[in-house]
Amino acid sequence: MLLIDCPHCGARDETEFACGGEAHIARPLAENTISDAEFAEYLFWRDNPKGVFLERWCHTAGCRRWFNAARDTVTHEFIEIYAMGSLPKSKAAKDAYASAWRRQTASEKAAKPAQKTSGKGAKS
Amino acid sequence: MNIKSPKQGQMRLSDGGRINRKNPVSFRFDGKTFAGFEGDTLASALLANGVHLVGRSFKYHRPRGILTAGYDEPNALVEIGQGNQQAPNIRATEAMLYDGLTAKSQNRWPTLGFDIGAVNSLLGRFFPAGFYYKTFMFPAVFWKNIYEPIIRKAAGLGRAAKDHHDADRYEKTHRHTDVLIVGGGVSGLMAALSAAGSGARVMLVDDANELGGWMLSENNTTIDGKPALNWIKQTVKALEAMSNVTILTRTQCFGYMDHNFLTLAEKVTDHLPQRPDHLPRQRMWKIRAKHVVLAQGNHERPLIFGGNDKPGVMMAGAVRSYINCYAVLPGRRAVIYTNNDDAYKTALLLDDVGVKVAAIVDQRPTPSSVLVSQAMARGMVVHTGHAVLDANGTRHVGTLKIAAINPKTGDVTGQPFYIDADLVAMSGGFTPVVNLHSQARGKITWDDEQVCFRPSDYHEAAICVGACNGVFDLKGAMTDAAVGGAMAAMAAGFTAEAVMTPAVDEPSMVMRPHVLWKMPSDAVKGQEPKAFVDFQNDVTASDIKLAVREGYHSVEHVKRYTTNGMATDQGKLSNINALGILSDQLGKPIPEVGTTTFRYPYTPTTFGAIAGRDIKELFDTERLTRMDAWHRQHGAEFEHVGQWMRAWYYPIDGETMEEAVNREVKKTRTHAGILDASTLGKIDFRGKDAGEFLDRLYTNMFSTLKIGRCRYGLMLKDDGMVMDDGVTTRLGENHYHMTTTTGGAANVLSWMEEWLQTEWPELDVYLTSVTEEWSVTTVSGPNARKILEALGCSVSLTDDAFPFMSYQDANLAGLPVRIFRISFTGELSFEINIKARHGLALWQHLMKAGEPFGLTPYGTEAMHVLRAEKGFIIVGQETDGSVNPHDLGMSWIVSKKKSDFIGKRALERKSMALNNRKQLVGIKTEDPKAIIPEGAHAVLDPHQSYPMEMLGQVTSSYYSPVLGHSVAMALLKGGHAMKGQTVWFPMINGKKPIKAVITDTVFYDPKGDRING
Repeated sequence: MLLIDCPHCGARDETEFACGGEAHIARPLAENTISDAEFAEYLFWRDNPKGVFLERWCHTAGCRRWFNAARDTVTHEFIEIYAMGSLPKSKAAKDAYASAWRRQTASEKAAKPAQKTSGKGAKS
Repeated sequence: MNIKSPKQGQMRLSDGGRINRKNPVSFRFDGKTFAGFEGDTLASALLANGVHLVGRSFKYHRPRGILTAGYDEPNALVEIGQGNQQAPNIRATEAMLYDGLTAKSQNRWPTLGFDIGAVNSLLGRFFPAGFYYKTFMFPAVFWKNIYEPIIRKAAGLGRAAKDHHDADRYEKTHRHTDVLIVGGGVSGLMAALSAAGSGARVMLVDDANELGGWMLSENNTTIDGKPALNWIKQTVKALEAMSNVTILTRTQCFGYMDHNFLTLAEKVTDHLPQRPDHLPRQRMWKIRAKHVVLAQGNHERPLIFGGNDKPGVMMAGAVRSYINCYAVLPGRRAVIYTNNDDAYKTALLLDDVGVKVAAIVDQRPTPSSVLVSQAMARGMVVHTGHAVLDANGTRHVGTLKIAAINPKTGDVTGQPFYIDADLVAMSGGFTPVVNLHSQARGKITWDDEQVCFRPSDYHEAAICVGACNGVFDLKGAMTDAAVGGAMAAMAAGFTAEAVMTPAVDEPSMVMRPHVLWKMPSDAVKGQEPKAFVDFQNDVTASDIKLAVREGYHSVEHVKRYTTNGMATDQGKLSNINALGILSDQLGKPIPEVGTTTFRYPYTPTTFGAIAGRDIKELFDTERLTRMDAWHRQHGAEFEHVGQWMRAWYYPIDGETMEEAVNREVKKTRTHAGILDASTLGKIDFRGKDAGEFLDRLYTNMFSTLKIGRCRYGLMLKDDGMVMDDGVTTRLGENHYHMTTTTGGAANVLSWMEEWLQTEWPELDVYLTSVTEEWSVTTVSGPNARKILEALGCSVSLTDDAFPFMSYQDANLAGLPVRIFRISFTGELSFEINIKARHGLALWQHLMKAGEPFGLTPYGTEAMHVLRAEKGFIIVGQETDGSVNPHDLGMSWIVSKKKSDFIGKRALERKSMALNNRKQLVGIKTEDPKAIIPEGAHAVLDPHQSYPMEMLGQVTSSYYSPVLGHSVAMALLKGGHAMKGQTVWFPMINGKKPIKAVITDTVFYDPKGDRING
């Protein structure tokens, strides 16, 4: 049973937590039009790497707060635990973030506000 | 127990041993009464009485005896206890004797001496490796009726108690510790001294009844110039005196999981004749350790020869245990069979206590050490470069066939000769116990010098010490353990120093076994006697050879094909021998053959200990409403809804369920009904973005809802499928009250918290579960308003003053309440929320006030009928995670104005609006009394050939006593366009298909007039 270091409560047994799966899946904004297939990247496609995996955990039987964790799926080592909404700092976790296939997807790009291409200052 | 004290066994020595001779006890084995002493194990007491035959083997039903003196025993498995306290597969070598103990042998019928299953042994030639795979193949239909019952009857070891209500109590406990030391032998004690000296919290656990390990069985070793036992006693005393040390005996560490989480099974009262009420029988410990020291020692390996499983053949080390610990002679005339020096200690001890050592058979061509010289000096006959070919005897070993061999090839080179013996003490080398280390994903390496695997790399924060680490000499092991204990404490954050290793004097020995994996035999090829590798699973050397010939070369495949190393034994004794034979057959060195995985649990553990107190009424939380006592007093039957216990129906005067439900439904429609709805999920929303958040959660609009008004909402997952529904009310500008389904409350709360924390942290919303803060009573029916008025309500309840889908704070019977005018029955209905503690009082007031108006309590079953008559859905019954709002005919609730809500994008997919999706419709049977079973499939033509083309399935189905016919809802492909069409529901077991017509889902009061009473 894993020992997980909740950033709010300290180290607790795995049974107190729920794993929320892959982290850093940005939800496409309604204002951006994407195809069904691109939307499916957000909705259904999940990574399952052997090695460092960035995932979300919630201390459901404790403080009920969500947080991010970088975990090695082979050794079960928690490399880094970091706040929801932030990016990891350790090299291994940063690399995992940057190299994830999702970074290149249309669904992730659609999670950012659409760039205005008309209006003031957009003459070119 | 009223047994006349029987005479002590004839094989007991007149003095010595660690037994309490002042406390003789009697026990029963297979119906016969025997005597023993406190401090005996069942095995030692049986041997003291000359009983060697204690069981039959699993596959061949061969007579089996006692092989070892500890938890590695593969043969002597017995049932202990009677009635509901009987436990199977107890190793007789571990079971501490107490007065009145009752044990039975296993795997035999009708008796141990005469066993019909033993015919399997005569037919052994026809039960080779993979027998089941080869025999029970075709035809497939034979599986269910013929093969499976045979296999089931033959399979399994022992029987569970016939009475499944275990009368004993079991407990679980948790502990954090700095250093956990597994194994309380000399190494464990040294590690504990070093670790405890640092001030670290230390736990020292051992499976045996007392600490000391193998040293308790040795008689020729001194520590600090005194017998080793003195040192053990003194060390245990020192450790016991330390407040930072916890010592557990009769406690086996059986699992080693991630992040140094280990599980222990402590036998608390198993060894006591009377088990005190305040103590559990067993206790499971869940340990989280900063560092772990594994000091589990080693297992002695058997030698492989014909008949090596006969009663009377024992491990050489175990023979010393029985003599030194229990003062029991396992035989009168012994032969030692060995490939190393250690068994010579047994020879000398046997000679000391007057047992004739008829011969020492040593595979090694030229053994030379002090021990060998001592044996020879005492006049013992040592046959070097010899092997035992076969052991004869029916129920006990009698004669051994011995011959000279070529020590390299194992070929028999001399004329065989015979020696009589009733005891064979064998030693085939030593295997460090790496099982837990391997469970923890530690790596092992092959040690060619010592001919064993030993630990190499660690995955967890752990260290193996002593024999467990492949250090077999006492002084070396003690030093290794002292250093290991200190390292463990340092790793746990303490300043530690290894304690000094005391002066040790033990016979100098060559522990390295002679390597000969081939079994010496002079028999014709293919006719070799049965030589067992895995005693518990009846796997012979020939089985492994056969597996290789048939193409199984991977060690994992051979294990499964032959079953070697499986079952409760997990290869403790057999692993290395099997690998050796395999490597010999494959012509590959052992490291290349590899090892199998050591699995959890290390030793068998009772389900009782694992379950602990989490059984029966404590198995799961039961949630009760504040009105629960009233429901029970009024004879309600209950049903589980999630963890809640809800009143199901209230039978009166012996009514059947059907009669009671029909009465409750009718009375609600004609007069009034009262329902305990406290279990509905209730969530309080506050914050300036509460309305915005609700707009994103629900398919429809909530930010525009007027204060004091209620609205029904549908919640989707982001895949566009229905997740939950309920009514949400705006209590104030930034304050909402949401209701969810009873079963979905916790999920919905978690779901909303997830969105707030992970996707929209910028929203200012605070969620609080208030399900248990409010007791909720629903009064429904044409007389509902009159009843509330009769009770004295502070607000006007007229349609104008208090319209449908609105809410008001009020005083009812002088009690402050929140009244919601919402309806799940289609009748005029008030849902009254009151501070939970007043729930029962209000309920009783309402019952009293409602009496003149015919107010009737109704349960969840009537609630279902009432809502089904109105075509109201239940999420989870009409929906299953693949149903969207359009499928339910609820497109009206999906906002077209909102730019976004959870599920909006997915709902825009073309496939979500296709006409051939399963859509919710009403079903009316041709026969008004016919009630279609829920889940029944609809077809257009019941006479079509199989497989029929199925349209979909019935989701809800009830009899409507008001309408006088059954009502049902179904999800049918293209159902919305099929209204008026006939469908059939084929039944199983020869029943006629049910004919029905597709209708609208609203059966009762389709115009909705009754909502205003």
